[in-house]
Amino acid sequence: MNLETIREKLSFQKQPGGIDLPHYKNTKDMQTVSFEDPDYVILPMSQHIGVSCTPLVKVGDRVLVGQKIGESQSKMSAPIHASVSGTVKEITHITLPSGFVSDAVVIENDRADDSLHPSVKPPVIDSYEQFVDAINESGLVGLGGAGFPTHVKFRYEDLDRIEDLVINAAECEPYLTGDYRQIMENAEGVLNGIRLVMEKLSAKRCFIAIEEHARASADHIQKFILEGENITVSLLNDRYPKGAEKITIYETTGKVVTQGTLPADHGVLVLNVTTVANIWDYMTTGVPLIRRRITVDGDGIREPKNLFVRIGTPIKDVAEFCGGMKLNCKKILYGGPMTGMPAASSEMPTLKNTGALLFFSQKALPDPSPCIGCDRCATVCPVNLLPRRLERAYDRRNKEDLMKNHLFYCINCGSCTFVCPAHRQLAFKNQLAKALAKE
Amino acid sequence: MMSKLLAVSSGPHIHSGRTVRSIMGDVLIALVPVVVASVLLFGLRALILYVICVGVCVACEWVTQKLFHKPISVSDLSAAVTGVILACNLPVNIPLWMAAIGCIVAIFFTKQLFGGIGSNIANPAIVGRIVLMISFPSAMSNFVLPNFAPDGMASATVLPQIITGTEEAVMPGMLQMFFGIRTGCVGETCIFAILLGFAYLVYKRVIHLETPIAFVATYLLFSLMVGNPFANGRIFYELMGGGLLFGAVFMVTDYPTTPGTRLGRVIFGFGCGLITFLIRFYGSLPEGVSFGILLMNMLTPLINRLVLDKPFGWAKPEKKEGKA
Repeated sequence: MNLETIREKLSFQKQPGGIDLPHYKNTKDMQTVSFEDPDYVILPMSQHIGVSCTPLVKVGDRVLVGQKIGESQSKMSAPIHASVSGTVKEITHITLPSGFVSDAVVIENDRADDSLHPSVKPPVIDSYEQFVDAINESGLVGLGGAGFPTHVKFRYEDLDRIEDLVINAAECEPYLTGDYRQIMENAEGVLNGIRLVMEKLSAKRCFIAIEEHARASADHIQKFILEGENITVSLLNDRYPKGAEKITIYETTGKVVTQGTLPADHGVLVLNVTTVANIWDYMTTGVPLIRRRITVDGDGIREPKNLFVRIGTPIKDVAEFCGGMKLNCKKILYGGPMTGMPAASSEMPTLKNTGALLFFSQKALPDPSPCIGCDRCATVCPVNLLPRRLERAYDRRNKEDLMKNHLFYCINCGSCTFVCPAHRQLAFKNQLAKALAKE
Repeated sequence: MMSKLLAVSSGPHIHSGRTVRSIMGDVLIALVPVVVASVLLFGLRALILYVICVGVCVACEWVTQKLFHKPISVSDLSAAVTGVILACNLPVNIPLWMAAIGCIVAIFFTKQLFGGIGSNIANPAIVGRIVLMISFPSAMSNFVLPNFAPDGMASATVLPQIITGTEEAVMPGMLQMFFGIRTGCVGETCIFAILLGFAYLVYKRVIHLETPIAFVATYLLFSLMVGNPFANGRIFYELMGGGLLFGAVFMVTDYPTTPGTRLGRVIFGFGCGLITFLIRFYGSLPEGVSFGILLMNMLTPLINRLVLDKPFGWAKPEKKEGKA
């Protein structure tokens, strides 16, 4: 009877935790407007998880909208397309929010707009192989923020296993309303995309995960679901983080994706609602991923709104279109306030996986003080971890302890840091710990 | 032009707003009914006791942190909370210099020497009380009748009488027990005030419920197995006598000295209940709560090592079969 056995006998699983976040869905009812006229765009060669692309063009080349300008030989990648027509002004280096340095193609907009590249036409998708290749060609990545190359999901080796399609419209981050507007403005497109994907995968059921506060969109899309279609709208409660893949799968299908397995191993494929709408768009028009909807909000911007932008539009142009940044604006975030990453300057571009640009006048958060052992972090952790113990193990650089406390189950939701009364940077340390443990 | 410097930091970028100070502040608010009740019952001397205890605790922390060149953290109110709780555990007529010693033991020895807030291995107020009980046993058991007590009420503490079953002096009735009209330490007697504090702490989500419930339930379970549980309303006297409920609400819920998991806290509460029962019924001391809690504090690190919740999606770390 050793320690591990005792531990196993004494442990049990409690219900997933989570936190009650304020929603701030201020732009919920704002119809999406268009800002598709930037002076220039900056297109990094890495806007996805996986291998960076290499540029296919050089300085001085004339490019058209939808022209492929970056590609990689690796399967774990997605091509980059020109989002405006014009001339390649320069090929520069850019530091992405994650810290990764990548090449970037800068295109000066000649405003001969809608001059589409001849390659832009609806693809032939008779066979499954053609379907997946088409998704690859479209440059689609997980538009919920993850940026995982979508075609790779469809290349799962044992396709017969997949029976459930989960559409993630949870949008659990505060301020973000892009997915909500997608449903309200394009419910038909979303459903057509779902139907197409279900047909190609021979999936039996589909669940659309929507949170309580977005009930109006649930009611709206319900109207378009046909009699007899096995598409269910699952209303989830508002506790953050309902949009984290494992949690979403559990709350809709009841399946638990165990550590070390993929959702597909359990017969589930998850797609963000905007991604699936874009699949339909691409299959019908042939226009690759060159524009997307983003939410602009925060107390540092004058006119919050939802808008369509061309991928690569500099943040400062977006800000100007939205009334301009207020003088007290200090922080710009890609994505939501829980998992979003700051932009180092307003010269940075909007990326494929940018769901929102948030402008904040934030005061600095207080310095961390000693841990009081209150265990609020443990109470809210959605995957039942004990963040304060992980932090202690990391501070002592104790890899064994980190693994004993199940470090790699952490989904980086940030709930622990949110509640910590001592303002300790628990989520951040988890990230650092993961890097340490991999060494 | 537009080149302003932007703040870059790691997420999350919003915070719940809960701070250590707001939590301690809530505990102090929860203690207000107890403080008010003790002044009504035991007079102005009780108030002086509270003031001295809080003052000495805060001053001790300030001086210690200055001496150790540590940042001064008295504004987080934790020393003040220790002061109030320690005072609640003392009889009203205790000499003030003794109370001060208790405060110094609590703050300097039990808390700051171990590394300050969050690093102490035992509940500071408990250690303070125990040291006083052992060093000054007669002063610590010098109880008086509170205001509103009828003439002829027993002036020794209620507990030994429950155990021995004597009925010579008039025992306090149920209602008197509930409102604290009995002998005892200043903060322990008024059950009504303690329950108000408990309700507030639950409402503000300050305490974990597992520990108090496990503690009280375990104690009742064992104590009612001895003798007839319903004779003379014994069950209520067991519940309301001594420092049981005060300990259950304010002392067994101290953060750093209790386990981090739900099951761990249940085990902790169970242990406290059992030890309290054993000391009260089979030991020669009238009061077992403090020792029960202290002993379980010592076991907390072991409980933390043994009890670890399964993470969501837990898979037994077997040999994987070739899949990446």
